[in-house]
Amino acid sequence: MLKLYGVEVHSRLLLGTARYPSPAILTQAVKASRAEIVTVSLRRESSGERAGQGFWSIIRELAVRVLPNTAGCHSVKEAVTTAQLAREVFGTNWIKLEVIGENDTLQPDVFGLLEAARILSAEGFEVFPYTTEDLVVADRLLAAGCKVLMPWGAPIGSGRGLNNLSGLKALRAHFPDVPLVIDAGIGVPSHAAQAMELGFDAVLINTAVARAANPAQMAAAFAQAVEAGCAARVAGPIEPRDFATPSTPVIGKAFLA
Amino acid sequence: MKILVNGVWREMASSDVQSALRELGYGDCVVATALNGEFVATGARVSARLGDGDRLEILAPMQGG
Repeated sequence: MLKLYGVEVHSRLLLGTARYPSPAILTQAVKASRAEIVTVSLRRESSGERAGQGFWSIIRELAVRVLPNTAGCHSVKEAVTTAQLAREVFGTNWIKLEVIGENDTLQPDVFGLLEAARILSAEGFEVFPYTTEDLVVADRLLAAGCKVLMPWGAPIGSGRGLNNLSGLKALRAHFPDVPLVIDAGIGVPSHAAQAMELGFDAVLINTAVARAANPAQMAAAFAQAVEAGCAARVAGPIEPRDFATPSTPVIGKAFLA
Repeated sequence: MKILVNGVWREMASSDVQSALRELGYGDCVVATALNGEFVATGARVSARLGDGDRLEILAPMQGG
């Protein structure tokens, strides 16, 4: 069973809570996904509208574990302060650490990420760093105290799937015992199944579900794909070959030419 | 004195973060606070003094990916 910072998780699908057409559809999608962990964030609260209070009561009713993020943070200081704020509001040491380095790709600033991961780990946070497939960065993040890594599949919200297959395979092979969660860029359930077939431990999906024509139906489809990919990994997939191999035995074939 | 609350200048009578939350009508809302970019824990709000021109951020749970 998957363990994230000592917490046993049955579902290998983590779901984001942003960009749904309505709170009711968000609730339906979380239920349909059977996700046990959802990502959340922090934003300015107006004392009049109190939008955050309504959202928080929806999440609490779902009885899922929350993984707060530091989305939108571009500096170490912003990310660290956001993590501190999130820990108090959400009552968890878990933090999905994002330090964004580039606006077009929203790719992580891995230098800032590493620095923030060191600071937060020392403060008792359990850091889930949103990183690239870079092996050296991964190694440094682990040395900084991270016990889970969240490599990107493709830029956030792009729906491109696993952009750098060989890089991701290398990451999996180099760190066989570290929980690796593909975060970002997954577009369709086949991408999620592929990530699981490659041996990744879980996937985090948001846009692909939230912006689907029917988010709850898509959430269910992703749940099936993740389960199928995981089962296939356990079953041991064959290696691809360049040439055909007859599947029907040749020996004993009648001479009819 | 003037305090920049969530990016909007407000004329405030409160002299600490705790009473500012009350004055602004947050009541029993689940929020986290930061003063001039530094996290202010719930227990530290009473002793976090406000000064003219301070920046107060009041944050709550929100959708996230």
